[in-house]
Amino acid sequence: MTTTVKGRFGRFGGQFVPETLMTALKELDEAYDQYKDDEDFQTELRYYLKNYVGRETPLYFAERLTEHCGGAKVYLKREDLNHTGAHKINNALGQALLAKRMGKKKIVAETGAGQHGVATATACALLDLECIVYMGAEDIKRQALNVFRMELLGTKVVSVDSGSSTLKDAVNEALRHWVTNIEDTHYILGSAMGPHPFPTIVRDFQRVIGDETREQILALENRLPNTVVACVGGGSNSIGMFYPFVEDSDVSLIGVEAAGKGIETGKHAAAIQGGQTGVLHGAFMYLLQDEDGFVQEAHSISAGLDYPGVGPEHCYLHEIGRATYGTVTDEEALEGVKLLCRTEGILPALESAHAVYYASKLAETMSKDEILVVCLSGRGDKDVHTFHEAFGGDLG
Amino acid sequence: MSQLKEAVLATTAQGDKAFVPYIMAGDGGLENLQPTILKLQELGVTAIEVGIPFTDPVADGPTIQAAGERALAEGTTLRKVIETLSSFAEQITVPLVAMTYLNPILAYGTEKFAIDAKKAGIRGVIIPDMPLEERDIVHPALKNGGIDLVQLVSLTSTPERIERLTKASEGFIYAVTVNGITGARSSFQKDLAEHFKTIQTYTDTPVLAGFGISTPEQVKNFGSYCSGVIVGSKIVDSLANNDWATIETLVKASKTALVK
Repeated sequence: MTTTVKGRFGRFGGQFVPETLMTALKELDEAYDQYKDDEDFQTELRYYLKNYVGRETPLYFAERLTEHCGGAKVYLKREDLNHTGAHKINNALGQALLAKRMGKKKIVAETGAGQHGVATATACALLDLECIVYMGAEDIKRQALNVFRMELLGTKVVSVDSGSSTLKDAVNEALRHWVTNIEDTHYILGSAMGPHPFPTIVRDFQRVIGDETREQILALENRLPNTVVACVGGGSNSIGMFYPFVEDSDVSLIGVEAAGKGIETGKHAAAIQGGQTGVLHGAFMYLLQDEDGFVQEAHSISAGLDYPGVGPEHCYLHEIGRATYGTVTDEEALEGVKLLCRTEGILPALESAHAVYYASKLAETMSKDEILVVCLSGRGDKDVHTFHEAFGGDLG
Repeated sequence: MSQLKEAVLATTAQGDKAFVPYIMAGDGGLENLQPTILKLQELGVTAIEVGIPFTDPVADGPTIQAAGERALAEGTTLRKVIETLSSFAEQITVPLVAMTYLNPILAYGTEKFAIDAKKAGIRGVIIPDMPLEERDIVHPALKNGGIDLVQLVSLTSTPERIERLTKASEGFIYAVTVNGITGARSSFQKDLAEHFKTIQTYTDTPVLAGFGISTPEQVKNFGSYCSGVIVGSKIVDSLANNDWATIETLVKASKTALVK
């Protein structure tokens, strides 16, 4: 397994937070240790995942995409079919159930694209928890529909105007809110990042993706895939997909970071490919920063990948060479959107389209008896406005 | 003994309370740093906390965040602050305490930071996003360089943590007086006296109270619990408005803390 010391993944991770949060993190750590193996808690979680979220999600053989690529058999893990449209609900629901067991009545969360915000607002409505979501002013403009969805679900959405007014600033503000309301509030962090125990908790709630995939591919093909591909922003869908395969050394794991306008332009969100190690939001990780240690703004057409850091477990998997990380630009991701629409009739989220594009190129180079699984982390309804802007009337 | 601890103890030995103002380096331009520091030490402050601006100041409230953004817009960096301080270091008579988030120190290089900071008059460092458990990432370098690492103790710290934090803290102990971020408060929890008593039982290192303190009354009130106070947002605001009268009144309140 990839945890070396508790809270550390090799030299990555840790708990770089204000002292006021330390007791709350310890409390969360202990509560999680207690409930992760608690049969009653796990039964409750499984109940909601099955009957409310709609799991398990299909592992779908993308026959026409496979034909189009002319190489490896391509399977899609359909996280886009989850309730609320992405993998985010797996974690939001798990943490909301945990918060309830911990006796917390209030929830705070951050959101970038709004998917985690919507998932959290949904779980809070379901479980009768009071919810407040911080969202960058820029993202509120880009994702107006998701803001309205959250409000409809009874959540209070607070606009964040500090810094770059995007996801990283929303995390800052959510952390400040948590520090100030520590007694009665749980912070549902949306990705496999932040201070320990969040990267572990989020990964464990997302590993259902990889666990199901493993069983499904064994049932369908009677063997494990050669390669698994997933997009990486903070890295929650990818770590959830990778984790159950980490010990299977024959399965190659590939994370796809957002190259934005191109790594060479500096306008990207590829922390592993284009960053240096540093500390932000509680963890030691790869980070986009300048020579003075100031955090740089990330750039990606996809709000969900628009984050300057990356989860510590990915940093570790990269450092030990167990997973490899590639990049896909904004333009290529849009091509991935079109490709999946045309070959399979599936509109992927912009985030997931990064993985789709990368996988389609990789499949071409693989042989027909090889198997490639792509994590289709979310659906693209939320991005239709962006697609329309990008493609205009020119759909080719 | 550390110069920082010595400065606080010398103040309390006279019957006064320590007064440590927080300033945001680079707010209004780095050329302001020298006159501001010299004037503050003239007013008789015990030490000066020099804030280094950061892109993601998670422990700071709106006032210091805004000052930080102004300083960043002026191009302020840790390197430039150290250079500026070094240029008039021989005129600095009170110990400086740098308050900086961790990443700028990591980017600077911890060993180099400790050496350069010492030359610039910095005698202590407060790192709000680095709890005791993580301090090995910089502590050895600071220790080599002879710079104190000041630990924060919060209201949520358990007695077991308070004991470890107070024993580890160097120079003084920074007792955070509210659950939350920096910035002025009109009211505080009732049982603070008890909290300070607990902290002081574990150590003879002086305890200073900070976060939310903004009026002469609060300076006196907190001074009665511990060795002195740190005032941030109110000082930052007053400096931005060039309101030295307010600053003087706050410093004076610490001088007469024992005169009820």
